[in-house]
Amino acid sequence: MQTFEHEYDVVVVGGGTAGPMAAVKAKQANPALRVLLLEKANVKRSGAISMGMDGLNNAVIPGHATPEQYVREITIANDGIVNQKTVMAYAQGSFAMIEELDRWGVRFEKDETGDYAVRKVHHMGSYVLPMPEGHDIKKVLYRQLKRARVEITNRVVATRLLTAEDGRIAGVMGFDCRTADFHVIRARSVVLSCGAAGRLGLPASGYLFGTYENPTNAGDGYAMAYHAGAELSGLECFQINPLIKDYNGPACAYVTGPFGGYTTNAEGQRFIECDYWSGQMMWEFHRELQGGKGPVFLKLDHLAEETISAIETILHTNERPSRGRFHAGRGTDYRERMVEMHISEIGLCSGHSASGVWVDEHARTTVPGLHAAGDMACVPHNYMLGAFVYGKLAGESSARFSAEHGLAAVDAGQVEDERRRVWAPLLREDGLPPNQVEYKLRRMVNDYLQPPKVTRKMEIGLERFEAIREDLDRLKAREPHELMRALEVHAIRDCAEMAARASLYRTESRWGLYHARVDFPDRDDAQWFCHAQLMKDGQGRMVSFKRAIEPYLVPIADADRNAYRQLRIATPTEAPTEALPA
Amino acid sequence: MTTIAPLAFHPSAVPVTVDADKCIADKGCTVCVDVCPLDVLAIDLVKGSAYMKFDECWYCMPCEKDCPTGAVRVDIPYLLR
Repeated sequence: MQTFEHEYDVVVVGGGTAGPMAAVKAKQANPALRVLLLEKANVKRSGAISMGMDGLNNAVIPGHATPEQYVREITIANDGIVNQKTVMAYAQGSFAMIEELDRWGVRFEKDETGDYAVRKVHHMGSYVLPMPEGHDIKKVLYRQLKRARVEITNRVVATRLLTAEDGRIAGVMGFDCRTADFHVIRARSVVLSCGAAGRLGLPASGYLFGTYENPTNAGDGYAMAYHAGAELSGLECFQINPLIKDYNGPACAYVTGPFGGYTTNAEGQRFIECDYWSGQMMWEFHRELQGGKGPVFLKLDHLAEETISAIETILHTNERPSRGRFHAGRGTDYRERMVEMHISEIGLCSGHSASGVWVDEHARTTVPGLHAAGDMACVPHNYMLGAFVYGKLAGESSARFSAEHGLAAVDAGQVEDERRRVWAPLLREDGLPPNQVEYKLRRMVNDYLQPPKVTRKMEIGLERFEAIREDLDRLKAREPHELMRALEVHAIRDCAEMAARASLYRTESRWGLYHARVDFPDRDDAQWFCHAQLMKDGQGRMVSFKRAIEPYLVPIADADRNAYRQLRIATPTEAPTEALPA
Repeated sequence: MTTIAPLAFHPSAVPVTVDADKCIADKGCTVCVDVCPLDVLAIDLVKGSAYMKFDECWYCMPCEKDCPTGAVRVDIPYLLR
C-alpha cells in the first residue's frame, strides 16, 4: 500500500449530478485551472441519477412560474425555515440551466408549440417538467466533462478534508477502493457533492443496500464537512419518503399524477390533496396507517390503456428501471392492481427535505474555500435541477477562490492521523465485519430515531451510537473493497449521532412527520422560528446552536402560511377534480 | 503472520447473474465491472467471465444496460422480491 500526493486548483468530490456540473463550470470559468473530479464509483454511472431521471421536479420556467412564486412555495412547503436568498439563487438560475441542458442534448417534454410542457404536482404552483427520455443524462454530462478536459479519478473514496491553520481548506484525503493506496490531494478550493446520507436507517427488508438513495451515498460528505469544522443545518428535518413497499424506490406520483394517478388508502379513497413530497404529506400518510386505513397505495388502475402504457415506458426505463421487474415478480400490473406503498426509513437529504451542509447563495460553506452542492447542501427541496444550479455556482465560486488563494500548507499530523484511521481495518489481525456493524448501527437508527420522535428513545439511541463508536476501532477489512464499507460505517455513525442530537435540540414539532416530537407536539414559532445548526467546536464536541432566519426577500401572506398544513381532504368522497386542480 | 478472523460463512443468493457463454471478459471487456456504482462485480480470471463478488446490489442496472453482449441479468435481490 502506497501513499500518493497530488496538487490541483479545484477538487470536486463526487461525480454524480452536482459534481460534474461544478467541475465543468470551474473549468469554463478559467480553462487554465487544474480541476480534478474525484469519484468513489465511476463517473459514467455514479450517483442518484445513475440510470437517468424522468423529469425536473422544480423547473421555474417563464410563463409557468416566477422565481418569486417558487421561493414562496418552498418557504411554505418547508414551514418557513429557509434562507430565501439560497432558494432565490436556485430559482433565478433554474431556467438558464434548463436551456443549457437542452443545448447539451437533454430532451425535455415540449408541447406542439415548442414550449416546455410543465405540469402541476406541488400544492400551489406548476414546476414539474417531464423528461421521458431522460435516461441518457449521465452520458450528456460525461461528454461535457471530456470536452472541458476535466481530469477524472474513479474508485477513490474521499474520507477527510485537510484544513490549514487559519481554518481554510487545504485539500482532500482518501483511498483507492481496489488497491487501498492512500491519496493526499492538495487543493486551493474544494467542492463537496457527495449526495445524501442515504444509508442511515435500515430498510424494512433488512437489505443494507435496498435504499431509496444510491447506497454509495452513505453520508460521506456530511461527515467530511463536519470534521472540517463546517456548519450543518436542519439535520432534524429528516428525509422520509413514500415508496413502493420492499422495493423501496419511488412509485412515482410525480410522473403519474399529471396522468391521473393518485395516492389512496386501502379503501381506494384519496386522503391527501397533493402528492408533492413534504413532511406534512408524510404525516398524513402516517396518520392513515395509524388509523387502520392502510396500506396506502398508488392508484393507476382507473386509467386508460394508452395512458398506462405511457406510464410504464417512463417508469420502467428511467431512474429506477428495475421497478418494472419488481412489479412483474409480485404480479402487480398497473391496469389491475394498485401499487402497495410504505413509509421509508430515515435519511438526510436536502434534495428532498432540508438537511445538509450550510451554504450561502454561492454554495460556500462556513469553511473558507470549501463549497457544497447537491443533495448534501442545505438548500431545501432542491432536487436534481437544484444540484445542477448549485453545482454551477460552486464551480464558479471555487474558480474565483482559487484565483485569490494559493495552496495552503498541509498539516503532516492530519495526514498521519487519517492514514492510520483509514488503514487500521486492513492492518488489524481480526475483528468485526463491517456489514454486521453497519446492520446493527442502522437497526438502532430505526429503533431510536424513526419518527414520531421520542426524547427518551433518542437519548438511548445516542448511548448506543457511542457504544458503536468503540466498535469502529475493532472493524476488520479483509481487502480494499471491504475497507470502503468499513470507512462508510464511520460516516454513517457520525450521521446517526448528528441526526439524534439535532432532533433533540429542536424542542418543538415541525415539518410534519420529518420532525414530529411526541414530547413537544406543537409548532413553537416563538422559540424555534430559526435554523438549528450543528458543528464540531474547538474542543471536538458536537454542538447545536440557533441561527436567525434572514429577513424574507419574498413576503409570505398569512393566508398562505399554512397552505401545506392543510393537505388532508376533509370529506373523503369529495370530487377529485376539486381537490387537485389541474 | 496474519491470523484468520473467526468469521462464519454466510451464503447469499446474488441478484446479478452473468451468462458465461455470452460474456467476453476473456477478450478484455470490463464494462460491467467499470460501471457498477457499488463495485460489486469482478472478473473470474480462470473462467474468463464476470461474476457478482459482493451481495451489495442497488438493482440499478447499468451493468445489464451497458453490457455489449447482453450477458448480464439483474434480478431483484431475494429479500426484496
